[in-house]
Amino acid sequence: MIAATDLTKHFGSKTAVAGLTFTVKAGEVLGFLGPNGAGKSTTMRMITGFLPPSSGDIHIGGISMLDSPAQAKAMIGYLPESAPLYQDMTVRGFLKFCGQMRGLRGSALRDALERSIDTCFLGPVATQAIDTLSKGYRHRTCLAQAILHDPQVLILDEPTDGLDPNQKHEVRQLIARLGKTKAIIFSTHILEEVDAACTRAVIVDRGKIVIDGSPADLRAQSPTGSLTDLFRHLTTRDAGAAAVANTL
Amino acid sequence: MRTTWTIFKRETASYFSQPTAYAIIFIFLVLSLGLAFTFGRFMRAGDANLEWPFFFWHPLIFMFLAPAVAMRLWTDEQRNGTIELLATMPTSLWSAICGKFLAACLVWLVALALTFPIVLTVNYLGNPDNGAILSGYLGSFLVCASFLALTMLVSACTRDQVVCLIVSIALCIFMVLCGYDDLIRELAKSTNESLAEVLVSVGVWDHFRWMVRGMFRVQDMVWFAATITTCLLGTSAILSARRA
Repeated sequence: MIAATDLTKHFGSKTAVAGLTFTVKAGEVLGFLGPNGAGKSTTMRMITGFLPPSSGDIHIGGISMLDSPAQAKAMIGYLPESAPLYQDMTVRGFLKFCGQMRGLRGSALRDALERSIDTCFLGPVATQAIDTLSKGYRHRTCLAQAILHDPQVLILDEPTDGLDPNQKHEVRQLIARLGKTKAIIFSTHILEEVDAACTRAVIVDRGKIVIDGSPADLRAQSPTGSLTDLFRHLTTRDAGAAAVANTL
Repeated sequence: MRTTWTIFKRETASYFSQPTAYAIIFIFLVLSLGLAFTFGRFMRAGDANLEWPFFFWHPLIFMFLAPAVAMRLWTDEQRNGTIELLATMPTSLWSAICGKFLAACLVWLVALALTFPIVLTVNYLGNPDNGAILSGYLGSFLVCASFLALTMLVSACTRDQVVCLIVSIALCIFMVLCGYDDLIRELAKSTNESLAEVLVSVGVWDHFRWMVRGMFRVQDMVWFAATITTCLLGTSAILSARRA
């Protein structure tokens, strides 16, 4: 459903993503892990068509994002990292706008609105202005626009960031539930979420995939059986080696 | 086309759900009608004509107020990150640009429409050429639309509304001053005539004044259409380049 081929992104002389190749099938939830600045958000922005790649290609459901961006984007639901929203709108007004932008009209739009408001527990604040919402509700409003059109592909950039433990649990359960039929990529710093919601995980470091496998496979490759130790081992190894080399 | 309409509705609702549009329309009405009845000598001139008493002031008012309407169009999207949502929806950037531009134009159409009492007054007091008045309104609207498009271009370059406002006002003032005969005559004396001619061609005044006299010239229409289109295409190019 999602196929990234030799995906590369340069910002000036800096290489943010260096030749990433991976696929995500329907029914698969891919956890995208990595330290800050590893290239996770840049990769997600390229997959959703926000950033053009310097080289490589992305196919969503067999449609090239570079050749047919509108068709490819129609199949994606996207939750950006900062969960941006139009502050001057109400929750319902914002979701209605997003639905209309996605081509929903009439009863299809009404049904989609009710479903996403229920799924994200936004009922109590549906008529409230977005600029009066708490961070948790804002995040859920942005998540609601991502699932509004029932997309086949979901790209969620840190979907549990800023949520309280109960809300995190609800979102993880929602991702696991949606992941049974959809292809989902979600990035996170919280390694427990890999067990809670992912069927597969990759760790990205300095724009490259350093490991790819199921949570059990990853744990098996950890010297201590801990994902945290594996993460630290893989993402600090080169930095540690470079520091040692510099001191010699 | 559908997404252009959706964005147009959202932007229009955003303008009229906040005090900004009402404040700007109110200030415009006070200034345009106030200047017509004071410095414009509308009542004292004894002429059933809106050319100098009323339309003359419009470019001078628009050069300050039009940027105040359009400055938020892309600065807000970039500062709040909502451009990331907009750009990942199944629509083109061009649709969003057109939708936003048309919404800003609507605010000014409402403002110009609300000056109707002066048209009623001049028809009550005398026998004016209503064709020239209509042409004057069209000229005013096109000047304003040019300033809105220019401000939109500037708003694509920055996330800061204040920077956008100051730069846009400076550019609009330049476009208005370029057409003043006295200024151009002095400039032609001190530099050379070809530079003065180039500046006149950049200014709105040379095109606006024919329209307020009731004269439709192809070159004026082409100039306004080209200015607006260039600014909108430039906006698209800058927004695309900033993401590349």
